This record gives sequence, C-alpha cells and structure tokens, in this order.
Amino acid sequence: MKCRKCGGTASLELRRHNAAFCSPHFIEFFRKQVAEAVHRHHMFTTDETIMVAVSGGKDSLALWDVLIEDGYRTAGLYLDLGIFDYSKESRAKCEAFAAARGLTLHVERVAEAVGAPIPVVQQATRRPTCSACGLSKRYLMNRAALEHGYPVVATGHNLDDEAATLFGSVMHWQTDALPRQSPALASTHPKLVRRVKPLYRLSELETAAYAFLRGIDYIVEECPFAKGATSIAHKQVLDRLEEASPGSKHNFLFGFLDRARPAFERVENVELHECTSCGQVTTGAVCAFCKLADLVKRRTS
Amino acid sequence: MKVILRNPRREVDVDGKRRVKDLLSELGILPSTVLVIRDNELLTSDAVVGGDDVLEVRPVMSGGSGAGA
Repeated sequence: MKCRKCGGTASLELRRHNAAFCSPHFIEFFRKQVAEAVHRHHMFTTDETIMVAVSGGKDSLALWDVLIEDGYRTAGLYLDLGIFDYSKESRAKCEAFAAARGLTLHVERVAEAVGAPIPVVQQATRRPTCSACGLSKRYLMNRAALEHGYPVVATGHNLDDEAATLFGSVMHWQTDALPRQSPALASTHPKLVRRVKPLYRLSELETAAYAFLRGIDYIVEECPFAKGATSIAHKQVLDRLEEASPGSKHNFLFGFLDRARPAFERVENVELHECTSCGQVTTGAVCAFCKLADLVKRRTS
Repeated sequence: MKVILRNPRREVDVDGKRRVKDLLSELGILPSTVLVIRDNELLTSDAVVGGDDVLEVRPVMSGGSGAGA
C-alpha cells in the first residue's frame, strides 16, 4: 500500500478517508486534525496553560505530545486510582513522559479524596466500577485545575470513545446527557473549568498509531475493571459496523454534533449551586462526589 | 512466524506466508482494532508476512471510565 501524499510505503490505512499514509505524512495528518478540532471549537490559545489529564494510556499521552509539538504551554494531571499494579505502572509511564520533557505532572490520589482506592469503592458501593471511577475523575480534574489555576482541562477522548458514549446515551434515550456531549464544554460557573477533547476527530487506531510512531511509552494493558464494561460492548458493536461500512462512527458522531445535538439543548438553564459540603459546583445541595465519599465512609468504617 | 498477542499476552506460531489481513481473519481479529508491528514498523493489511517474522498484534481499544484520560 502506498502513501497518498508521497507514494512511499504506507504505515497506516485509513479506510474511512479512503487513504493510506507513510509515517511522516500520517503524523502530519494527525496534527492537522488536532489543529482543526482546537480551531473549530475555540478550545484554547497559546496564551493559556492547558492541564492535560493523563492516564498513561495511548490517547492522553498522544494528546500531551501533540500539544507540546504544536507549541502549547501544558502541565499534566495524573489521577491515581489505586488499582493495584495497573495504577503503579500507568503512573510510572506518566512520570517518565513528564520528566523526559521537563514538564510538571500533578498527581491526585483518589483514595485520599474519596476515602478509599477504586477497588474498595467498588466493593463498598456495589456500583459499576467505571461509574464511580468516572465520577471521581471528573470531580478531581475540575478541582485540581481550579486549585492550580488552569483555565482548561484537555482529555484524550477519541472518536471511538465519543461514538460509544453517544451510542450508549441513544440506546437509553438519555436526553439530559445528549446536550452535554460535545468536544468542548464551556465554563458555565466560576468554579467550573472548560473541558475539551482535542482528539475527537481521530479514531482509536489513529491515536495508537501516533503514539507508536512517536515512540511514546504507554501502557498497553487494559484497566482490570474495564473487562465487561458496557462502553467496551458498545465499541465492539460499532467496530463491526465500521468494518462493514467504513466511516460509520464518523458519520454517527459528526452527524449528531452538526445536526441533532441542538435539538436536545434545554430551553431553560440548569441552575448551578456550590456544594454545601465541599464548595464544588452541583445542581443539588450536596454534590454526587460528596455523596459517594460519604457512602464509602459509612460502609468502610 | 511467531505472533504475539496482548491482553492477555500470549504467543502463537503460524506456518506459511499470507497477507496481514488474512492472518487477522484467521485469528478472528478486526483489522481496525489492532496495530500490527514487525521490526518496530507498522504493517498495513496488504503486507505479506511469514517465515522468521515476529509480529506483535497490539489492541488499540481502551474503555471503561478510563477512556480518554
């Protein structure tokens, strides 16, 4: 297979674009897609310092790498979930990445914030692990950015992540979740930082290929709690669709963002308050994270 | 050739030459879900592999709440 741009040996075939690229031209393609995402959604500027949430996986480290290469000021945030050797190894990957580039890596321990590491939280709450973990991550990302003075948090969500989330929301007609699904969420309260997803135009295969070709040492092993997760089942369904009809995921997500999402936006604005317990933003009196921490405390004491 | 699979890590020996897409089909793997690596280079689905090749078939999926971070 030949590179579309130079005719050299291709490293990667992108069926949804009906194209193949050699390594240098794929990296150029990747960076252009990120630049397009940043530009289209006014995600951030070179005057701001971006907090990049990193897990040690391919997506978030590829994101950090591409933002550095494009000249943005960045710092990393690693959330230590306390998941046995998986967390130790993923933290080491993030620390090595930051150290090699002389960049700051903030580390927050979930066990310190919620009262127990994720495996204990899962046992104590009997909630799906990914649900408590996702809630904790969103809360801690916002809190850490506020505390350290970063105006924006960037996460490594890719096209496959976003298509799978959309699929899950549509499967259950979660009409309150649909308007919140966006590559860029603005700050709607002084205590809410902007959240952006600069990789939403790139597939999981593309982020993995970029990380590999850039020589990024990322954790290939899967989170032990992700096995059997609903989001994985949704991805597998979409993978089969994509195989039969390349471009399906892209059309599903981009069609939603361009044409369907506005129809789900609420007419009335949601009223935001500060949590009476921690001061972070919530729609009720006490935020979901404080309720989770309280439940963990009661069940583990 | 030797094929290294991940999650969980295991190795299988495969005889004869074939294209990457045919190898993946025999292993029941969708091409868009893995990187195929030989000698630290990515291979496209039409590349022919076999003989003394050592291939890594590396899954690209991440999931659960960890996706994106």
